[in-house]
Amino acid sequence: MSEPIALHAPLTSRVGMTGFAIGIAIVGIIALAALIGNQLIPHDPFNQDLGNRLKPPFWMEGTQSGHLLGTDQLGRDYLARLVYGGRISLLIGIMTVITSGLIGITLGVLGGFFGGRIDDAVLFAITTRLSIPVVLVALAVVGLMGSGLGLVVATLGLLLWDRFAVVARATTMQIRSLDYVNAARCAGASTLHLLVKEILPNIASHLAVVATLEMALAILLEAALSFLGLGVPPPLPSWGLMIAEGKDYMFFSPWVIMVPGVALFVLVLGINLVGDGLRHLLGSERLR
Amino acid sequence: MLLLIARRLAIGLLVALTVMTLAFMLTRLSGDLAISIAGPSATQADVEIIRKAYGLDRPQYIQFFSWVGRALVGDFGQSYFFKDSVSNLIARRLPITLTLGLVGLSLALVISIPLGILAAVRENTWLDRGVTIFTMVGQAIPSFWLALILMIVLGLNLGVLPISGTGTWQHFVMPGIVLAFTAIPALTRLTRSGMIEAMASDYIRTARAKGLSRARIIFKHALRNAAIPVVSIAAVQLGFMLGGSIVIETVFALHGVGYLGWESIAKNDFPVVQAVVLVLAAIYIGLTLLSDILNALLDPRLRTG
Repeated sequence: MSEPIALHAPLTSRVGMTGFAIGIAIVGIIALAALIGNQLIPHDPFNQDLGNRLKPPFWMEGTQSGHLLGTDQLGRDYLARLVYGGRISLLIGIMTVITSGLIGITLGVLGGFFGGRIDDAVLFAITTRLSIPVVLVALAVVGLMGSGLGLVVATLGLLLWDRFAVVARATTMQIRSLDYVNAARCAGASTLHLLVKEILPNIASHLAVVATLEMALAILLEAALSFLGLGVPPPLPSWGLMIAEGKDYMFFSPWVIMVPGVALFVLVLGINLVGDGLRHLLGSERLR
Repeated sequence: MLLLIARRLAIGLLVALTVMTLAFMLTRLSGDLAISIAGPSATQADVEIIRKAYGLDRPQYIQFFSWVGRALVGDFGQSYFFKDSVSNLIARRLPITLTLGLVGLSLALVISIPLGILAAVRENTWLDRGVTIFTMVGQAIPSFWLALILMIVLGLNLGVLPISGTGTWQHFVMPGIVLAFTAIPALTRLTRSGMIEAMASDYIRTARAKGLSRARIIFKHALRNAAIPVVSIAAVQLGFMLGGSIVIETVFALHGVGYLGWESIAKNDFPVVQAVVLVLAAIYIGLTLLSDILNALLDPRLRTG
């Protein structure tokens, strides 16, 4: 699922900075809502109320006061579920990035630093990983082992490390024989010290850009898995699962898929905008 | 050139073997396969019968080598659910997935190449920014959600296209659009950056100095060079699209290989799951090989291995 490497960042710097600000605002608001939203909303995201099923949101006829975004097919408050779903999306995005980052950065730095056989092995691992169909394998793992938040994170983490490895490898290669690394080596620093104290801090900015891309991808993939029924188990309100549950009613009440879909779109857009802005700030246009 | 191809081919085969090993391990994740095939209501005796019938009583490594040996000659065993050979099942479903992939890729190229050129020759104008915003939006739209929206708008409100199924060519239009959207942002960005780089190069300055027309410079000189990465990425992108089409095929009930994979996962039909993973990986490996060769053909500088 990796994207090809773009040679130039797509935005001009002024637009890029506006985008960066918008992105930070979006991610900040969604994160804040995910953290404290459920304390502020008077409804429980799991409470069913079968007498109040599929009530439309506030901008439509027949809305019910108290349920700002209406209710779902089991009468659960849609806003409460949406906010709780944001928590799940962000949690999965962050945890996946940590897992895949650990794997990818370790492989990439080792390959880039040592070169030779080790690098061949790392390149082979990357090639193999890219040839594996991510969605199918993730579905198979969850299908065989049973759905659950932890399993989804572990699966995505094991599958989405390729771009971390590619970028860590390329950037490490560029700096491994620069003066400050050589100086540290001459001063008698151990290999571990070189890798952790000299190399890592100097490639961290590029890796931060990758982290945003992978977080967006992980969130989209989790939604797709949950949508297909093999991701986060019900009754947990993942946005993908909310869209799946609303699918049967979408021709009559389209808002049941619009609300979580727009939330998902806006969050991913926000994260991508932050990533693009970071790329500009750090001047890492040439390394995606 | 031949050396390059031979080297890539050898690596491709090694990758395929690794994927086979991983696919085999993957289907053993659930623990005892015989129990999951037999289902929750089976007795111990039923499980033993299944274990014998499917050869699951043999040691793991024998199961593995017999699977690999047969898979190399195109025999993936029998499906547990469909009562047909896995090769037959895949051979019947593959044309649908390939059609979908080609429709998606063609649509993506037809949209993203002109957009990329337009953005590049009008760099830093509102048009360029519009294209950039379009790619950002395209990147953030979940494909299954776009599929549902198209179903509502094109299928229900306008009633111009069938909502799901496999029968006619119309059934490929909506899935094709959705699949194209997964590749358009990347291809547009790549065309744009390639064109910008080409337009700033010396040979374009020479062409300008010769007094060639703007259209001739853009299409004959710049595009030819900018197209190199796009063509090679397009082949790789097709591989990703085929792998990712599982979501789209499932939403539209389009009975391709991806849908087969999804059905088989739901039914614990593990020979089919193994084979689908392998076939999709093999297609990807073949396409990257093709992309390397295309690259070398288009750009003579890359011909030395």
